[in-house]
Amino acid sequence: MSEEVTPFRYAIGIDLGTTNSVMSYVDLQSDPDDPQHKVFSIPQLSAPGVVEEHSQLPSFLYQAHESEVAQGDRVLPWSDSTSALVGYVARSMGTKTPLRLVASAKSWLCHGAVDRRSGFLPLNSPDEVEKVSPFEASMRYLEHLRDAWDHQNPDSPMAAQDVTITIPASFDPAARELTAEAAKEIGLRKLTLLEEPQAAVYSWVKALGDQWREHLQVGDIVLVVDVGGGTTDLSLVAVTDDGGNLSLNRIAVGDHILLGGDNMDLALAYRINAKLNAEGKQLQPWQIQGLTHGCRDAKEQLLADGSIESVPLVVPSRGSKLMGSTLRTELTRQEVEETLVDGFFPQAAVSEHPMQQARGALTQMGLPYAQDAGITRHLAAFLSRQSNAAGDLSSQQSGEFIQPTAVLLNGGVLKAPVLSNRLMDVINGWLQQAGASQARLLEGADLDLAVAKGAAYFGSVKQGKGVRIRGGIANAYYVGIESAMPAVPGMPPPMQALCVAPFGMEEGAEAEVKERTFGLVVGEPVNFKFFGSAVRRDDQPGTLLDFWQPEELESLPDIEVTLSAEGRAAGQAVPVYLAAGVTEIGTLKLEAVSVEDGHRWQVEFEVRTQ
Amino acid sequence: MPIDIDLSLVPATLDAVHIGLGVLSLVLLVIMLAVSTKNGSSSSKNDKPVEPVAPPKPVESLKETKPDAALQLLSLFQQEARLVDFLSEDLTGFSDADIGATARVIHDGGRKVLEEYFDLAALRTEEEETQVTLPEGFNASEVRLTGNVVGQAPFNGILVHKGWKVTNTNLPKLAPEHDTSIIAPAEVEL
Repeated sequence: MSEEVTPFRYAIGIDLGTTNSVMSYVDLQSDPDDPQHKVFSIPQLSAPGVVEEHSQLPSFLYQAHESEVAQGDRVLPWSDSTSALVGYVARSMGTKTPLRLVASAKSWLCHGAVDRRSGFLPLNSPDEVEKVSPFEASMRYLEHLRDAWDHQNPDSPMAAQDVTITIPASFDPAARELTAEAAKEIGLRKLTLLEEPQAAVYSWVKALGDQWREHLQVGDIVLVVDVGGGTTDLSLVAVTDDGGNLSLNRIAVGDHILLGGDNMDLALAYRINAKLNAEGKQLQPWQIQGLTHGCRDAKEQLLADGSIESVPLVVPSRGSKLMGSTLRTELTRQEVEETLVDGFFPQAAVSEHPMQQARGALTQMGLPYAQDAGITRHLAAFLSRQSNAAGDLSSQQSGEFIQPTAVLLNGGVLKAPVLSNRLMDVINGWLQQAGASQARLLEGADLDLAVAKGAAYFGSVKQGKGVRIRGGIANAYYVGIESAMPAVPGMPPPMQALCVAPFGMEEGAEAEVKERTFGLVVGEPVNFKFFGSAVRRDDQPGTLLDFWQPEELESLPDIEVTLSAEGRAAGQAVPVYLAAGVTEIGTLKLEAVSVEDGHRWQVEFEVRTQ
Repeated sequence: MPIDIDLSLVPATLDAVHIGLGVLSLVLLVIMLAVSTKNGSSSSKNDKPVEPVAPPKPVESLKETKPDAALQLLSLFQQEARLVDFLSEDLTGFSDADIGATARVIHDGGRKVLEEYFDLAALRTEEEETQVTLPEGFNASEVRLTGNVVGQAPFNGILVHKGWKVTNTNLPKLAPEHDTSIIAPAEVEL
């Protein structure tokens, strides 16, 4: 066989984070045994007219007022009149003028209750502020990264490289599709989406080299806990035997939990604010903001060094007079431990799951932030829910919850030993009660940059070298069908669910559901109810469910198909069946196929509201 | 730099090669003279052409630093550490506790600026207040001698201050039209 030459010079990994984005790359022409693996320094505005390079690009977009930034100050190395203010400049201007700041676009991208292509960010801002959609905002961040890359690598533009973008494991099909589309929109041609917890595993494997095989054995179940700035992402990876080699299989992913390190800084700031209020001091909103900022630094100091008992916090005055008007207080070790350790990692039993309060009917449109800050309770719910996830991949008896044998942590928050120790204590407490042996912590991961690094590494192992994690899609997908039952007044017709894509379907696989045909009218949009299940592993395409437990199937936003009129008369009914597939990019594809001539129409995961 | 010449190496007899070399040097000498006269050099024909007397260096060759970088640094220290605000204030009448609280603002922010934009290294790794030896040919711009400065290197003395050196500067780049004299814009809240 002739040696296959990779057409790409670089494998680029992009961690498109909720609060920060990082880009890393591997030179595919460097020595394959010691590949050059680097984190890209991203030039960006840090203030109007001031350009700095940082390894992180804060995922913020600032919609400046026309008289706010001089034209000459809108510079970047590749442009003297950049229209989008992204990165540090956006974040710092946004702290003083929040109504012009677009933040958390990624969380909005996975929010099924909004039209993710319509411009509504910054949320609740006055009409004159230019609005963008979560989709457009993500595109701006990617554009910035592309321009920065192309400026530095004029001979190897990003469009011609092998690019991997990471996404939360809990992203729904629509959010995945939108991410892929944003990447295509900026011209990327070779793209793969990779789940963030998997990227963290790749990064760990890369960091340990060949030694990783000594840390894991067949039958191990690795729990990946990824606590980012804004989200917490959970995954389970089983270690199996593949012809004498260790093989990794991602067997389950958790829900999308909007809870992360930013919540911790806020919690501390509120606590200090309450303390100051008790002393009779009332804080201005800008002081609370300064306090949050101060708490972040103080928290890191206290968590990193166990010998410090308290760190002073100062919030300088806004005006030029500092003396006498600077606010001084302190953050103590006890406050940090109570707030963070007990507040976010409570000693919960494995049967204690997050408390869900009914949301008020008049809830403002907003992100579905986790109502329960107890990460350990979310974890307990995940492990209980996935009690059967290992199936026959492990010798484990299925019990009340799935029992991880090893834990891999990711996210800067978990660098603090006091937090990671507590997390391990809680998990091991559960295991001990269940009579299982203790889970071990997998060491050697770079918790801050692992996702971007792992993504670039994944890009290089795709060429054939190194271990790959198998997994396929982490949900089975269903379309809802109203069952043909006699109508009962006041009751909606009962719904059946037809499985169209099975759990674990891998890239390149296809499934056709010919058991059921639908008569679709040409030219008219047709909506289907759409469901996903992270626990029903055995349903095959064509399986029809009459009944399911409420927690088994999660209702997703409706999907829609419109049969275009190509060669057909509008109003004509065409019998179609559904076919599903997973693209090479990693997105789900659903099509309506004509029974008569095999013509295919794409089913959209997002209904566009006009 | 002075050059030592060993006279014993001058050949006693002149062979063809050396005659050739002698002629060549004469020719070069004439050319040099012609050139230097053309340039209006003060050297007359009687002067030895080897080393024209260097006039005292004119003042304009002193290195003048551009104010942009200084203003940029001042701006960074103001933005991050409020240094200009602090130094412009009159501290009379404020308690040490007040001044202490403000010092933290300056220290926290100023440290960020140093860490972010400069790589700092000590010039001497020895402990301060201990004996050090400076060998012959030590770098006089890195080490300043004080006190009983007599004799020749190697010098033995006490390290008073370990010194600082910036090994790398990473200052932000600026837009061509950016006005560096505005180190902190006025702020108006609407």
